Amino acid sequence: MKFITKVSAALLIGMAGAAQAQDTIKIGVSYPTPTHAWASGMNWHAEQAEKRLEELHPNVDLILINSPDPASQASALEDLVSVHNIDALVVLPFESEPLTDPVLQVKSTGALITVVDRGLSQPGIEDIYVAGNNPELGRVSAEYMMTRLGDGDNIVVLRGIPTLIDNERFDAFMETIEGSGINVLDSAHANWNRDDGYEVMQDFLSRFPDIDAVWAQDDDIAIGVVAALEEAGRTGDGMFVVGGAGMKETIKGIMDGNELVPVDVLYPPSMIATAMDVTVNAFTSNGPVAGRYILGATLIDSSNAASFYFPDSPF
Amino acid sequence: MSEAQADSGGARHGFRIDIKSVGPMIALLLLCILGYVLNPAFASEGNLTNILTRSAFIGIIAVGATFVITAGGIDLSVGSMAAVISGVMIITMNSAIDTFGPGLTTVLLGCGCSIILGLGAGMINGLLTTKGKIEAFIVTLGTMGIFRSLVTYFADGGTLALDFGIRSVYRPVYYGDFLGLPIPIWVFICVALVGWFLLNRTTFGRYCTAIGSNEGVAKYSAVNVDRIKTMTYVIQGLCVSLATIIYVPRLGSASASTGVLWELEAIAAVIIGGTVLKGGYGRIGGTVIGALILTTIGNILNLTDLVSNYLNGTMQGLIIIIAVWLQRGPWQKPASSQT
Repeated sequence: MKFITKVSAALLIGMAGAAQAQDTIKIGVSYPTPTHAWASGMNWHAEQAEKRLEELHPNVDLILINSPDPASQASALEDLVSVHNIDALVVLPFESEPLTDPVLQVKSTGALITVVDRGLSQPGIEDIYVAGNNPELGRVSAEYMMTRLGDGDNIVVLRGIPTLIDNERFDAFMETIEGSGINVLDSAHANWNRDDGYEVMQDFLSRFPDIDAVWAQDDDIAIGVVAALEEAGRTGDGMFVVGGAGMKETIKGIMDGNELVPVDVLYPPSMIATAMDVTVNAFTSNGPVAGRYILGATLIDSSNAASFYFPDSPF
Repeated sequence: MSEAQADSGGARHGFRIDIKSVGPMIALLLLCILGYVLNPAFASEGNLTNILTRSAFIGIIAVGATFVITAGGIDLSVGSMAAVISGVMIITMNSAIDTFGPGLTTVLLGCGCSIILGLGAGMINGLLTTKGKIEAFIVTLGTMGIFRSLVTYFADGGTLALDFGIRSVYRPVYYGDFLGLPIPIWVFICVALVGWFLLNRTTFGRYCTAIGSNEGVAKYSAVNVDRIKTMTYVIQGLCVSLATIIYVPRLGSASASTGVLWELEAIAAVIIGGTVLKGGYGRIGGTVIGALILTTIGNILNLTDLVSNYLNGTMQGLIIIIAVWLQRGPWQKPASSQT
């Protein structure tokens, strides 16, 4: 039906149709194919934002494309230019290095560039930058720990996959916690993975008889940590676990008053929606929008959990 | 060197093989002493139970892999297979709740589903290798990708979670005890015993070894090579499904990151245990020790901060190489007396 309308419109209006197309603002949105829960949450939020923005602005056409690897993402960017002739690009690069040049190519066609989360390897290409804040995630987590714990209390830290992201979070956490008197007994990589979280925590429990809290950095790791704590029967005495990201199950738990995982620190997959909003604003708002948008790593507790809970999202 | 070992499979003499079977044992023993010295908590009852329970997944899968490798094959798909079977099990049980309620029937249905899938997946790998005449490496590389993407698809890129109602019924399968030992350890022991009997005391086992040593000769000796080889993949599939049945109740979830690299860990366990990668000689007992060594390394690394976290992979690699070197090192008698 839509197709017929389109075809007849094109036939009837003819040349005018071309003029119409010029008025449509085409925005390409490119991101990695979701292969893990966080990315699949991002995919969901991108689809929601597409629906919402296209309803709100009939002249805006958002084209979502996901790619399984950096090379296909580069090709996808070329297609967005040659096939769709986009006016703006929202891109979450698979990797910084291999996508810097393809994004530069898109920019040379005059399109507005919005980069999400992972920066390009050359500064100044993007007009708009939207990202979560990794050091802030570490800092906020540490500050929460310091409100609950004091001098002489012991914590263990489970880290992610050895990457820049993990280092930024970890370093900021350690810097903040330093001097507070809280002992970080040890840290180990649990690769943002439930199984690894479970096994690393089991070993920490065998090794340290006195642990007061756990910084798991990530909600998936936290699930494994909680299973290990429950198995060992060490969930009492005010023990708590701080994860991160904003998984819906974790947020639901916070809403329900889970004492073992009482808070979460946001690193939201919905940042893609923020980027799409800002990019559309660049065409519709009378205010300037270019710039860097660094999202806060909000501490989610029972008071604000409801506003971060998306029961239909896969994450 | 490996030529000699491959040949040794043909004519095995118990008293000579002892040298080789002791190798992995020594490695494990040294590792345990190291663990205890670095942190006495290593020898605590809780920690030892953890190691054994954790070894069960890789160990059970590796027992199956011992058959495949002994018969000259290889199966790279086991990690992905475990992930997709876990996923389908969870979907099956979640949807069976409506009909059967969160009870034993639902859990049994999930387990039955797992076993059928495991046997089926193994059968596919086996038939494509034998009847399809495609190298096992390629077949299982293909099914590895297929299984992995299927679980991603079923989970919609996210995580499949088991309904909380069934978790309480199913939980004891991982967390429960029998005579003081956790259930996964019992399953591991049973699988290892049955595997040992099958490989060492049956014609099937001898055929596996014969095919791995020399497929052509086995064929001319009236061994139904295709059938035996297919059977090894079916056994592998069954082992994967057993491992999955005890894996799912642990965290009650499956995602695209479930079972990543289990295939390499299983193969490593088999080789550390003294089985020859090119086939013709297999040791179930060694495989069990191999799986324990792999888990123990990870455990020790978590129990000490002696080594930088970034070097964990290096330590694991070194210990794997040393463990294999212990059984093939220069103190071994020359090939002629090794048999």
